[in-house]
Amino acid sequence: MVTVTTDMRSAVARVADPEIPVLTIDDLGILRSVDTDGDRVVVTITPTYSGCPAMRQISDDIGAALRKEGVDDFEIETTHSPAWTTDWISEEGRRKLADFGIAPPTAEHEVLCPRCARANPRMVARFGSTACKALMVCDSCGEPFDYFKRF
Amino acid sequence: MSDPIVSSTPQGMPDVAMEPHLRQLVSHADDNLVLAQRLGEWISNAPDLEIDIALANIALDHLGVARALYTHAGEIEGRGSSEDDFAMRRTEREYLNLLIVEQPNGDFAHTILRQFFFDVYQRLLWADLTGSDDPTLAGIAAKAAKETAYHFEFSSSWVVRLGDGTDTSKRKAQAAVDALWSFTAELSGPYEQAWRRIVDELLDEAGLTIPEDPYQRTGGRDGYHTEHLGVLLAEMQWMDRTYPGSQW
Repeated sequence: MVTVTTDMRSAVARVADPEIPVLTIDDLGILRSVDTDGDRVVVTITPTYSGCPAMRQISDDIGAALRKEGVDDFEIETTHSPAWTTDWISEEGRRKLADFGIAPPTAEHEVLCPRCARANPRMVARFGSTACKALMVCDSCGEPFDYFKRF
Repeated sequence: MSDPIVSSTPQGMPDVAMEPHLRQLVSHADDNLVLAQRLGEWISNAPDLEIDIALANIALDHLGVARALYTHAGEIEGRGSSEDDFAMRRTEREYLNLLIVEQPNGDFAHTILRQFFFDVYQRLLWADLTGSDDPTLAGIAAKAAKETAYHFEFSSSWVVRLGDGTDTSKRKAQAAVDALWSFTAELSGPYEQAWRRIVDELLDEAGLTIPEDPYQRTGGRDGYHTEHLGVLLAEMQWMDRTYPGSQW
């Protein structure tokens, strides 16, 4: 019989996203639950994009975090239902994104330049450095930046 | 199924001939895997960097959808088949993808028109499957619907730009429509009117015309393919077939 402790839960919640390391998987809403099926710890995660290549790395990092907490018997499950949406990114996550220089998800006409905070950006390429981001440039200060697409 | 080739699937290999829901999952997975493989051929070869990244991103979305569907198909099949069993250990005759996705890239216009015809189809498909009774399929479809909207925006805007661009771009775009049209009956089949309405409107805006020749090629969903799929699979599968079970 296994019980999930607060330490276990927060160790998993602290795992960073490999592509946007200022965010945790909890900030992003990738982490759905840390639970137990009686015998093992079961962590459930959901992909942001269908082809997100970070999922494997995230699973490995969750495993490492659990082992550090002394948990060797665990399972990491991926769920596709319900589908992830950028609405699940926490307020904290949005603030961290903007501080990091990535415009957080919002309607395209409401995007603020993460450098000068003016609402004068223009879309350069809808497909950016990762599947979840587009490339924009600010017409006020000239800063090119990533925008986390609303999804 | 009475088909002698499909039913001769070796023991331990996924047998998609049996159950309709399983067959549906694998069919859509095959579409997405084969198209991902085709789009991947553009990486480092696209007309400019933004297009290179866009096509690679779109390929990655298709690959992700394929992986999720194969994994789910393996669960439903209940014989322990992995995504790799479906992708790497089936023959051409067992692949159930639509013929259009296996067609070679050709030039950029050709790739864009192929993508556009397929995107219109997948927009209708995912909207439909988001309401599936199978909650995992519904979830995969809901995610794919949003991704497909981005793909469609990319492909449809390029169709208009090419068709309404220079004499050369128009000529190449029209040549692509002419070459690909005979594969579109498979796409429009289940959603014929809706598919045709969107395509007609866009091609009209682009100044492109639909060829008069009514000849259509079909058979992908039954495993009857054009000569191109075998070559694609040979390239994709050679590593796993040469070193079975090898891991990174």
